[in-house]
Amino acid sequence: MSGSWRITSLRGGRGTASCTDDQRPFRVATALTEPLLVGRALTVDLGPAHDRTSVITGLDFSLAAGRTLGVVGESGCGKSMTALAIMGLAPSPHRIGGVLRFAGQDLLTMPQDRRRQLRGADMAMIFQEPMTALNPVVPVGVQIGEMLIVHDNASETAASRAAVALLERVGIADPARRASAYPHELSGGMRQRVMIAMAIACKPRLLIADEPTTALDVSVQAQILDLLLELQRDTGMAMVFISHNLGVVSAVADDIMVMYAGRAVETGPAQRVLTAPAHPYTAGLIATLPDIGRRQKILPVIEGSPVNPRNRPPGCAFAPRCPLVIAECRTGLPAMVIVSPGQEAACIRCTA
Amino acid sequence: MGRFLLGRITGAGIVLLLKSFVIFALIGLMPGDPLDLMMNANPETTPEQMAHLRAMYGVDLPITQRYWTWLVAALQGDFGYSRIQHRPVLDIIIPALGNTLILTGAAFVLSTTLAVTLGTIAALKRGTWIDRIINLFAFAGISVPSFWLGLLMIYLFAVRLGWLPAGGMPRPEQGYGGMLAHLAMPVMTLVIVETGGLARYARAAMIEVLSQDYIRTARAKGLTDRRMLVRHALRNALIPVLTLVALQLGGLFSGAALTEAMFAWRGMGRLILEAILGNDYNLALVCLMFVTATILIANICADIAYTWLDPRISLGKRRR
Repeated sequence: MSGSWRITSLRGGRGTASCTDDQRPFRVATALTEPLLVGRALTVDLGPAHDRTSVITGLDFSLAAGRTLGVVGESGCGKSMTALAIMGLAPSPHRIGGVLRFAGQDLLTMPQDRRRQLRGADMAMIFQEPMTALNPVVPVGVQIGEMLIVHDNASETAASRAAVALLERVGIADPARRASAYPHELSGGMRQRVMIAMAIACKPRLLIADEPTTALDVSVQAQILDLLLELQRDTGMAMVFISHNLGVVSAVADDIMVMYAGRAVETGPAQRVLTAPAHPYTAGLIATLPDIGRRQKILPVIEGSPVNPRNRPPGCAFAPRCPLVIAECRTGLPAMVIVSPGQEAACIRCTA
Repeated sequence: MGRFLLGRITGAGIVLLLKSFVIFALIGLMPGDPLDLMMNANPETTPEQMAHLRAMYGVDLPITQRYWTWLVAALQGDFGYSRIQHRPVLDIIIPALGNTLILTGAAFVLSTTLAVTLGTIAALKRGTWIDRIINLFAFAGISVPSFWLGLLMIYLFAVRLGWLPAGGMPRPEQGYGGMLAHLAMPVMTLVIVETGGLARYARAAMIEVLSQDYIRTARAKGLTDRRMLVRHALRNALIPVLTLVALQLGGLFSGAALTEAMFAWRGMGRLILEAILGNDYNLALVCLMFVTATILIANICADIAYTWLDPRISLGKRRR
C-alpha cells in the first residue's frame, strides 16, 4: 500500500504565460506552488458498502496549467471513472479514497454545493457521444448560455448573446441561426463543437475530454483535436484527454498515463512513452496501431480480454495476457519504478 | 402541419361516422322500442293503434333507413327529443356538460399536478422510504373502487362529521363556498383514484430520463438540482406522460358515471347512465357520440402537444 504514496513527475513547466486575460489573479500563484490538479493514491470503489467493487486503485497523477495529460487504456480500465471522480460525478453509491486536489483545494472534503459551483465554471467536461450528451428538447444556444446564467449570473439576453459568440468561437458557421437549432438538426461534428462551446463558456482551468472524437468521422476528428489545442493555447487551460486511441492521444498529450485494470501501469512524457514504452502493455497498445502504409492481412491484437475488476489476479493484472510474463509476475504487485527521466512503469521486468 | 391536421380531422370524421352507425345499431338491439314503453304506460292501446304509431314514427322501417333519417337530421343540427325529459337533446346535454367539466376538470388538474409531483419525487428518492410510501399510496389509489371510497367519505364527512353535503348540486345562492363544499368529496374521490396510475407512470418516465447522458451533462455543467430537474429532466419525462394525460383529457367530457351517480352530481356520466337505463334513444346516442368526438379531439391535441414538447417529432414528415 505504502508504495503508491508518491507524486509522479508529470509536472508541467510551460503554459502559464498565456493567461494574461485571466480574471482570477490567484491562478498564477497556485500554479507556482502546486500543480493545478493532483491525485495521490486515488481509489474509487463503487456499489453499496456490503458489495463494493474497486474500480480504481492507487492512482497518482498531477497536471499543470496549460498541459495535457493523455489517459490511455482499453474499455473498462477506469479511464472514464477517473474523469468522473475528478468531476465529482462518480455514480452513487461510491467511496473515493486518497487525495484529490484542484487549484490548492481538497476536492474530496469540499461541501457538495461548492463542488457544484466548481463544476462547469472551473472544471468542465466533454463526452464521447454528443448526440446523447446534449438535451434533445432544448435549443443548443440555450444549453450553452445556461452556463453563464448559472455560474456568472448573466441575464437571459446576455447569455444568449454569449452563446452565439461561443458558437462562433468553436468554428460554427452562421452561429446566430445555429443557436436556435436543436441537437438533432446538427451534424456530429457540429454537436461536438457545441459540447466544447458549452464546456469553455466559463473559461475553465481544467477541461476533461472523455473520448471526444471517438464517435466522429476521421476527418472531423482532426478538426475537433485542432480546435481543442487552439483553445488550450488561447486560454492556458489544462486538459485531461481520455482515449483508447494512442494515435489521437499522441497528437494532443504532453504526458501520458496508461491505465490497466484500474491502475496506472506506465506514465511519462508522451514522446518517451510512445517511442520507448517500458511496460509490455504499452508496447502492445502501440503494436496494435495499424500501419497506414502497409496492407495487413491480420491486424495485430493483444490476446485475451481485460480482467474483471471483481476478480483481479493477485499479481500484475496484465500477467495473464503478457507475452513477457515470468513466474514472479503472478505473485507480487509490481511497484512503479523510474525507467528514464520522468518515465515510470509498473513492471517487474523494469526493475531487473 | 396543416396537411397533417387535415388528415387527422378527416380520419376522425370517418371514425365518428362509423361509430354513429355502430351505436345506432347497438341501441336498436336493446330490448323494447320507444312504443313498447309507451304502451306499457297505457294498457288500453290496441295492436292496430300500435302498428299505426310504429308506421307514423318510422320505427317499423329497416335500420339503415332509420339511420339515414337520423343522420340527415343530425347533420342539420337536429338531434331529436329526449323521450324521458321531453326536451331537445342539446338543451339537456349542455348544462350537464358544464357540471361535468367543473367536476372532472378540477379533478384532472389536481390529479395531474399531484401525480407528476409525486412521481418526480419518487424517482429522485428512488429506493428510499419516501419512494416506498408514494408507491404504497399509488397502489392503494389504483386498487380502491371509487364507489367504496365515495361511500366511505359520505359516511365520514357528511354523516359522522357533518362537514360536507352528502351530494347534489349547489344552489346558485350558495355561491363559491357552496360550490366548493359540494365539489370536495367527488373531486377527492376522482383524484385519489386517478393519481396512482399516473404517478407510477411519471415515476418510470422520470427514472428513465434521469439515467440519460444529458442529465450527466447537466450535472457536469454544475447546474443546481432545481434547474437540472425543471429545465432538463421534467420536459423530457413529460413526453411519455402526455399520452396518458391526453387520454384522460378525452374522458373529462364523458364524466365519471359512478362518482356522479353516487354524489348526485348532474353531469354527463350520470346522464349517459340514465339515458341508457331509461331507453332514451336519442339522448344516449348523442351522448355517446359526443364522448367519442371528445376522445378523438383529445388525441389530435396530444399529437400537437408532442411536437410542442419534442422538437424531434415533426408532424406529417418522416424524420429521425
